[in-house]
Amino acid sequence: MKFSDETEARLQRLMASCPPGNKRSALVPMLLFIQDEVGAITPEVIQEVCSRLEVSPLEVEEVVSYYSMLRRKPAGRYHLQICTNISCMLAGGAELFEHACRKLGIGHQGVTEDGLFSLEEVECIGACCWGPALQVNYNYYHNMTPEAFDRLIEQLRRNHSGRSEP
Amino acid sequence: MLHPEPHPAEVLVLTRRFRLPNSASIETYLATQGYEAFRKALTMAPEDIIEEVKKSNLRGRGGAGFPTGLKWSFVPRQSPKPKYIVANADEGEPGTCKDRLLMQYDPHALLEGMLIAARAVGASAGYIYIRGEYRYLIEILDRAIEEARQHGFLGRNILGSGMDFEIYTHSGAGSYECGEETALLESLEGKRGVPRLRPPFPATSGAFGCPTVLNNVETFCAVPPIILHGGLAFANLGTPKNGGTRLFAISGHVNRPGVYELPMGFNLLRMIHEVAGGIRGGRKLKAVIPGGSSCPVLRAEECDLPMDFDSVARAGSMLGSGGVIVMDETTCMVRAAARILRFYAHESCGFCTPCREGTRWLSQILSRFHRGEGRREDIDLIAEIARNMLGRTFCPLGDAAAMPALSYVQKFREEFEAHLEGKPCPYEEVTVHA
Repeated sequence: MKFSDETEARLQRLMASCPPGNKRSALVPMLLFIQDEVGAITPEVIQEVCSRLEVSPLEVEEVVSYYSMLRRKPAGRYHLQICTNISCMLAGGAELFEHACRKLGIGHQGVTEDGLFSLEEVECIGACCWGPALQVNYNYYHNMTPEAFDRLIEQLRRNHSGRSEP
Repeated sequence: MLHPEPHPAEVLVLTRRFRLPNSASIETYLATQGYEAFRKALTMAPEDIIEEVKKSNLRGRGGAGFPTGLKWSFVPRQSPKPKYIVANADEGEPGTCKDRLLMQYDPHALLEGMLIAARAVGASAGYIYIRGEYRYLIEILDRAIEEARQHGFLGRNILGSGMDFEIYTHSGAGSYECGEETALLESLEGKRGVPRLRPPFPATSGAFGCPTVLNNVETFCAVPPIILHGGLAFANLGTPKNGGTRLFAISGHVNRPGVYELPMGFNLLRMIHEVAGGIRGGRKLKAVIPGGSSCPVLRAEECDLPMDFDSVARAGSMLGSGGVIVMDETTCMVRAAARILRFYAHESCGFCTPCREGTRWLSQILSRFHRGEGRREDIDLIAEIARNMLGRTFCPLGDAAAMPALSYVQKFREEFEAHLEGKPCPYEEVTVHA
C-alpha cells in the first residue's frame, strides 16, 4: 500500500524506535496511524502490516479485536466521541449523548447516511474537569452543552461544504 | 483548561511553568532551570541519585503509591541486558486528567525526569506509552524530543558524558487495561493488553524481557526538582512518608473544577470548599471518590481528612491517581455505581474469570437496579460478588471494580432500598442511562 509522505514518515520513525529484533513492537501504533489515513483496518491493511512487521494475520487480528479505537468499518468524516463516564456524567454527559443521538438521527457507533458524522459513546477521555467533553476525531471540545453541540455540528457542516479541515 | 491564576493554596513545583508563554518550548524550559537537574545528575553517582529520590518520599503517582526510589533500586544495574525507561502516559482512570496538562504545558520536564532515571539505572532507551486519544500530545512530545536532541540532551554521548539515550513516543489504541504496568508492556511489544504474572516485576524483566523502570508521567516530572533542590526539600512539602505535592484533578459538582497542585496531606474538605470553590448551586455535599473511580466512595462525613496515601487508606479508601470526584445531594448513588461498573465491565480484558464474569454481573445487576427492577436480595448479592472478586483476579482491575461496588452498597444501602419494588429513581424525573 502507498501512504501519504507524512504517514510514511511516521511509520518509518515508529519502526526505527523498535529495539533490534522487535519489529512487532510497532504493531499497535502502526495500525492506528494507518487507520487514520485509510479510515479502517481493511484486509489490505492487515496484509500490509504483516509484511512490514513480519507478523501473522492472526497476530494482527488479535490486536485489532482488542483495542477500542481500531475499527473494521470507516467512521464518518467527523467522528464524534462523547464521554459519559462518571465525571462527565455528573456534568450532563449522558444527556448530551442522548441529545446528539436525536440531533443526528443515529445511535452509538452509527454513521449518518451522508457519511459526514458518526457517533460513539466513549469511556473516559481524560477531560474530567472540563465535562461534559467530546472529541471530534482527535480534537477535544470541553464544557459542552446541547446548544454548543448544535453549533458545533453546523460549524462542521459549513467546514465540510467549504472543504476545509476540522 | 487552566484557570488564569493558580489558587493561593497551591504550591507550584511541577506546575510552575504552566502559565509561562510558550511553556512547552525548550527555550522557556532552559530559561527556568530546565535540564539543570540532569546536568547535576551527570555529576552524581547513580546510587546517589536513587538515594536522593528515596529521601524525597516520592511515591508513584499512577495510583499504587509505591516508593519510587525503592522501585528504581530493584533494577539490576550489573545486568548485561539493555535497560529501558517507560513512562506510563496511558492516563485512563476516570476522574484523572493531570498527566495531560503536564505533557501539554511542560513536556521537557517528563523528558528530563526520564533522563535522570536513565542515568540512575544505566538505561539506553525510553518509551512514552501514551493513550491513542491523546494524539495532540504525541505531536507536542515528538517536538520536545526533537528539540532536546538538537540541544544535545538526547542521542549519543550526551553533553560529552559518554551516556547514550533516546526517547520515543508510543501510542496505545484504546484500552484502560493498558494502564496496568505489565499490560502496558505487552501493548508496547505489539500484543493485546493482557497483564503478565508478577513476579518477575518489570524492574528485573520488563520491556522486551529487560530490566525496566516504569513510572507514571507525574512521577517522572517530580524527579528534576528533587535532584535540583534535594530530596529532603521535596519530602518536607508533604506529610511523613508522603513527599511533595500532588496534582489533584477535582471534577464533578464543584464551582471551580480543575487540576490543582497541592501539598500531600491537604485536607479534602478544604480542597472542595476552598480550592474548588464549593458545591455548585449552594447544595450539600453527599459523597466523594478521592482518587479515581476505582477507589471506594466516601460519605460526606468521612471527608474531613488529609489527602495522602496513608490517611486515605486509613479512611478505607485510596488516594489512587488523585482524581477527586465530587457528588452533591442530587446524585443518585445507584446510578453512579452502575455507570462505574459498566466501565469496568467494558474494560476487563477477559483473561481471568473472576474479573470477566464479576464485572459483567455487577454491571448488569446495578443497571437492573437503577431501572427499578432490583430485588431486595440483589443488594447483598452485589456485595457477595464483589467480595468474591477481591484479591482473586489476575491483575488489579478486578479489585478496581469490586472495591467501589462494595463501598456503594455498604455506604448507601438506603438508596438501593429506595429503588426497590419498581419505584422510580428518586433522584431523576425521567431518563435512566446506566
